[in-house]
Amino acid sequence: MSHAATIHDKRPSTLRGASLPKWSPWAIAVGSIVVGIGISLAAGLDSKIQWGLIAAILFVLGTYGIAARVEGRRQAKDRVATSFVWVAFVIAVVPLVSLIWTTIARGVKVLDVYFLTHSMGVVADTEPGGGIYHAIIGSLEQVGLATLIGAPIGVMTAIYLVEYGRGRLAKAVTFFVDVMTGIPSIVAGLFILSLMLMFEMQPFGFAGSLALAILMMPVVVRSTEEMLKLVPNELREASLALGVPKWRTILKVVLPTSIGGITTGIMLSVARIAGETAPVLLLVFGNPFINSNPFEGAQASLPLYIYQQFSNSAGSGAAYDRAWAASLTLIAFVMILNLVARGIARWKAPKTGR
Amino acid sequence: MAKRIDVSGLTAYYGSHKAIEDISMTVEPRSVTAFIGPSGCGKSTFLRTLNRMHEVTPGGRVEGKVLLDDEDLYGAGIDPVSVRREVGMVFQRPNPFPTMSIFDNVAAGLRLNGNYKKSELSDVVEKSLKGANLWNEVKDRLNKPGSGLSGGQQQRLCIARAIAVEPKVLLMDEPCSALDPISTLAIEDLIGELKERFTIVIVTHNMQQAARVSDRTAFFNLAAVGQPGRLIEIDDTERIFSNPSVQATEDYISGRFG
Ligand SMILES: Nc1ncnc2c1ncn2[C@@H]1O[C@H](COP(=O)(O)OP(=O)(O)OP(=O)(O)O)[C@@H](O)[C@H]1O
Ligand SMILES: [Mg+2]
Repeated sequence: MSHAATIHDKRPSTLRGASLPKWSPWAIAVGSIVVGIGISLAAGLDSKIQWGLIAAILFVLGTYGIAARVEGRRQAKDRVATSFVWVAFVIAVVPLVSLIWTTIARGVKVLDVYFLTHSMGVVADTEPGGGIYHAIIGSLEQVGLATLIGAPIGVMTAIYLVEYGRGRLAKAVTFFVDVMTGIPSIVAGLFILSLMLMFEMQPFGFAGSLALAILMMPVVVRSTEEMLKLVPNELREASLALGVPKWRTILKVVLPTSIGGITTGIMLSVARIAGETAPVLLLVFGNPFINSNPFEGAQASLPLYIYQQFSNSAGSGAAYDRAWAASLTLIAFVMILNLVARGIARWKAPKTGR
Repeated sequence: MAKRIDVSGLTAYYGSHKAIEDISMTVEPRSVTAFIGPSGCGKSTFLRTLNRMHEVTPGGRVEGKVLLDDEDLYGAGIDPVSVRREVGMVFQRPNPFPTMSIFDNVAAGLRLNGNYKKSELSDVVEKSLKGANLWNEVKDRLNKPGSGLSGGQQQRLCIARAIAVEPKVLLMDEPCSALDPISTLAIEDLIGELKERFTIVIVTHNMQQAARVSDRTAFFNLAAVGQPGRLIEIDDTERIFSNPSVQATEDYISGRFG
C-alpha cells in the first residue's frame, strides 16, 4: 500500500513539465545577435545583411537546442516554428521600416507649405526651389478619373460574376480578369498609346486615367467578388422570399452588407495605381507648369515627378531632395487612403450588439 | 385573405438529381399543415417549390402544378416575385438583415418592394411585431440592430418581417429547431393565432410539435438513399398520430425503422 503510494509520488506529473521562462525568447534573441556580431567581426564580414542572417540562424538553432534540452522535443519544435515566424516577420518588416525611415529623413528637408503649393514652373531641375503642386493636381485628377471609370465597372463585373454569372460567359470573364491582373503597367500604357497615335492625339491626363483604369479594374473585381461571396446566401433568400426582385435584393441587401469590404478593396486598388509611373510617362508626359485640365495638354503626376527629378537631376542635390519629398507625399497619400478605407470598413461593418 | 394550395404531380430536381417525385396534396385556407419525415426526404425542397424559391438554387427545376386558389404558380407569364409576395417564408435559421435596425427589418419587405405610404409604415411595423409577439420586448429599441436580439427573438423578428407584407400563405421551415423550449412555445402559440389569417405550412422534426400545432400532417419518406422523396400520406393530425393508414407512417412516428 505505502509502497505504491511512494512510487506514485515520485512519478512526475504528466500535465506539468519543465518550461522555459517567459523572457527566454528575448534572451535567446539578444544572445544570438551578440554571438552573430562576434562571429562576423572575427570572420571579417562587413555586410550587415550577412550579420543579420547569421544572427537569425543562431536564433532558430539556439531556440531549438535550449528548448529541446529543457522542455523536450515537442515543445522545442513548437518553439522553432514560432521563432521561424518571428524571423520571417522581422525580415519582412526591416526593409519596410528602413524604407519609410529613409523617405521621411530625406523627404522632410524641403517638404513645406511652399513646396506643396507651388509648381516647378521655370525653376531648372538642377536648382533649388519649386514644388509639386502641379504634380499633386495631376495625380489627383488622373487617379480620380481612373477610379470613376474603373471602380464602377469593376464592382458591376463582380456583381455579374457572383450574382448572375453562370456558364461560358462567366468563365470567360473570370479568365480575362485573371489575364488582366497580370498585365504589366507599361503594356496597358502602350495599348492606350496606340489608340492615341491612331487618332493623332497629343499626351493628356485622361489618357493616363484610362490606362490606370485598366490596371485598377481586375483588382477591384477580385476583391469585390470575395466580399460578395462572403454575404450569406440566407440573406439573399430572406429578401427574395419577401417578394423583393433580385436587382433590389442586390442593391439593398447584398451591397450594404458588403460595402465596407468593397470600399476597402477600391481604396487599396487606388493606392496601387497612385504609384504607377510607366503608363503616365507614356501618356501624360509630364509638365513643369500647372495644368488642371486633364482633357487637354500634358500633365504632371507624383510618381512621374519623382522619376523625372531623379533622371534630370544631373547629380544635383536639390533635385534629389525634391524627389524624396515628393515620395514622402505619395506615401503619405497612400497611407491616408488606407486609413480612410479601414475607417469606412469599420464604420460600415454590419453592427452587432444591442 | 388566406388562400388554398392545390399541388398535383409535382417533381423537383437539383440539376439531374431528382429530389422529390410526384407529390399531390391540398392545403386548406386558415389551417396549419405539418410536414414530417426523415432527413433528406425533401420536405424543405417541397416547401420551397410552393413559393418558387426552389428555382433560386442553381440547377433547381420543377415539373407539375401548384395552384394557389386556381392560379398555377408555374403557369406561363407568372412572375415569381409576385408569387413570393403572396407566399411568405420563414427559414430554419433566423436571418435578420445585419445592416438594418429592428424597425427596418420589419419594414424591409414593404420598403424594398417600394409600395407603401410613409405614414403607414410605423403602424405596419407595430402591428407585425405585435402579431409576432415581439412588440413588448423590442418597442424601446426599434432602432437597434436586429442581430442584437436573442435567437428566439430574431426568429420572431423574421416572422414579423414575413407577415408585414400580408402574404396569403406562410411557409415555415423548421422555425423552432434552433430555439429553446420557451421560445418554441411562444412561436407555437403564435402559429395558433396566425392561422386565423394565413394558411400555414410548417416543416418540423418534432412530433409533439406537429401534434400540437397542426390540423393536418403530411408524412414524407424515401424508398432508399438516392431515391427521390415521396409523399406517403396526408391526413388529419389526430388520425396520423393515432391510426395512420400506412404502416411506414406508424413506424416513423413510433420510432421504429428499417
Ligand atoms: N442545394 C442543393 N443542391 C443539390 N441537392 C440538394 C440541395 N438541397 C437539397 N438537396 C438534396 O435534395 C434532397 C432533399 O433535401 P431537403 O433539404 O429537401 O431534405 P429535408 O427533408 O428538408 O431534410 P432535413 O429534414 O434534413 O431538412 C436531399 O437528397 C438533398 O441532398
Ligand atoms: Mg430541411
